Amino acid sequence: MQNQAQSNSVSVQEIKPLDKVLQQIAEHKGCGTSSGGAKASCGSSSGQGDMAPEVWEKVKNHPCYSEEAHHHYARMHVAVAPACNIQCNYCNRKYDCANESRPGVVSEKLTPEQASRKVLAVASTIPQMTVLGIAGPGDPLANPAKTFKTFELIYKAAPDIKLCLSTNGLALPDHIEAIKSFNVDHVTITINMVDPEVGQHIYPWIFWNHKRITGIEASRILTERQMQGLEMLTEAGILCKVNSVMIPGINDHHLVEVNRAVKSRGAFLHNIMPLISAPEHGTVFGLSGQRGPSAQELKALQDSCEGEMNMMRHCRQCRADAVGLLGEDRSSEFSTEKVMEMDIQYDAEGRAAYQEKVEQERLATAAAKEAELANLVEEFSDLKILVAVATKGHGRINEHFGHAQEFQIYELSTEGSKFVGHRRVDLYCQGGYGEEDTLPTVIRAINDCVAVFVAKIGGCPKDELRAAGIDPVDKYAHEFIEQSAVRYFKEYLGKVKSGEVVHLARGDADLRQGAYIAA
Amino acid sequence: MAYKIISSQCTACSACEPECPNVAIREQDGTFVINEKKCSECIGHFDDPQCVAVCPVENTCVIDTQYPRYLDLAAA
Repeated sequence: MQNQAQSNSVSVQEIKPLDKVLQQIAEHKGCGTSSGGAKASCGSSSGQGDMAPEVWEKVKNHPCYSEEAHHHYARMHVAVAPACNIQCNYCNRKYDCANESRPGVVSEKLTPEQASRKVLAVASTIPQMTVLGIAGPGDPLANPAKTFKTFELIYKAAPDIKLCLSTNGLALPDHIEAIKSFNVDHVTITINMVDPEVGQHIYPWIFWNHKRITGIEASRILTERQMQGLEMLTEAGILCKVNSVMIPGINDHHLVEVNRAVKSRGAFLHNIMPLISAPEHGTVFGLSGQRGPSAQELKALQDSCEGEMNMMRHCRQCRADAVGLLGEDRSSEFSTEKVMEMDIQYDAEGRAAYQEKVEQERLATAAAKEAELANLVEEFSDLKILVAVATKGHGRINEHFGHAQEFQIYELSTEGSKFVGHRRVDLYCQGGYGEEDTLPTVIRAINDCVAVFVAKIGGCPKDELRAAGIDPVDKYAHEFIEQSAVRYFKEYLGKVKSGEVVHLARGDADLRQGAYIAA
Repeated sequence: MAYKIISSQCTACSACEPECPNVAIREQDGTFVINEKKCSECIGHFDDPQCVAVCPVENTCVIDTQYPRYLDLAAA
């Protein structure tokens, strides 16, 4: 996979030469933040970016839309929508495994009544839970009765919970009114192409007007309906995010065109996700050996679209029944059996008080970063580095290296720090499987980083990381991520200037492809 | 005279249930089943049998050879 990735990485770069991309990012306007500081990060990474104030107000506490919010707020998906009206080559509906974490996979289907009870149970237990999404495991709008009944029940019982849904868009134009009437103000459409020539390699068929339609015609109808649905949402004032799956060799170049098409129709955020593909998933792409993109390829594409509109980079590609903060999954605590036995007391006031505390913590995180950024004002350099961070959330470096299930990746420059993605890794020190092989896996996953920030790390992995050219940093344990990152970058610049450190370009890194094993 | 669902193949996604013009499909023991007495193979309703057209798993909704084809029966 690695060799294949390297041999193909050039093709993504061709979309836009790197200097052009950097130029575009440099010219990207609207990066100012409220603090009035000279430096700020772009996009949705830590602030409003170039979103309109009313859009920002709606999304700022939505973990799936705001990179910063995802440290503080939790979401849950309820799997009430099993049916689907299209077939995608990256999806196999027969696959179902409790240990697998990716879209379209779910262990237990719920009725709207069970789903509503589960939502209240989770919201009573996890006060940060602010968002309820219906994302499948099929298509919510191919199951309109179940989807909207669920929204109705939750809207009545817990009106403070934000509702959202994720669809392939085929049935979307038929349901705009219903989406509006249940106060759903966030919709995600998965759009992988705007050209049926490309689409025919992604969608083998759609079910449309009582017929199975195959070939190029299927994609022609799908793209028409998606664009129509997006325009109607924009017209109706409903926020719309677009998800795209990056499939190297099929739609990687084309997604730049998709980005333009969806932006011009009013989508407020674009989330380009890597294809998850492995033979054991039994998908067409998994079996045909279609690879997913490397970390560098994904980032290059996201960067090349960034000047156009806000890009989302923190998507965890959750299961359709995930519960908790992004990157964690507490769904097993809330099985139907357990939920039915729970004594649920929905405490709207308690939740509001808790969220107020979260908000204070969030402001402190932002203030710490701003304060540190002020120290960078005098520094000018073209240098950019990536660092990996082990965190359990709350915007702090608070995870042991060996316990990290994922690393957050920040890009550091004299512009400040910018969240650019995350890398999932299998747990590597908790025993049970391949302990000896796991450290190289982690290193491959963060191979493009200069340093890794951790709360704690053992001597052995420290040495191996150093040997791989990655600096293990534990001196910022339990401190704010971005504040520490900026501090580290300033030191790094100093060392490069004094000649103590020779800055070398890092290589590419792996994105997770195989089965993910939950803790 | 009817289609049947191979239960080991069925993902219980329920996509077929609302599409059946004869309301012949229901859930039973975690998968879906077709009532062969109600199934008309969609003849007279649609060009294609709806359960076959919408099912996400190939070769799951298949002709039940135990029963004579609907058309043959209708012609007799």
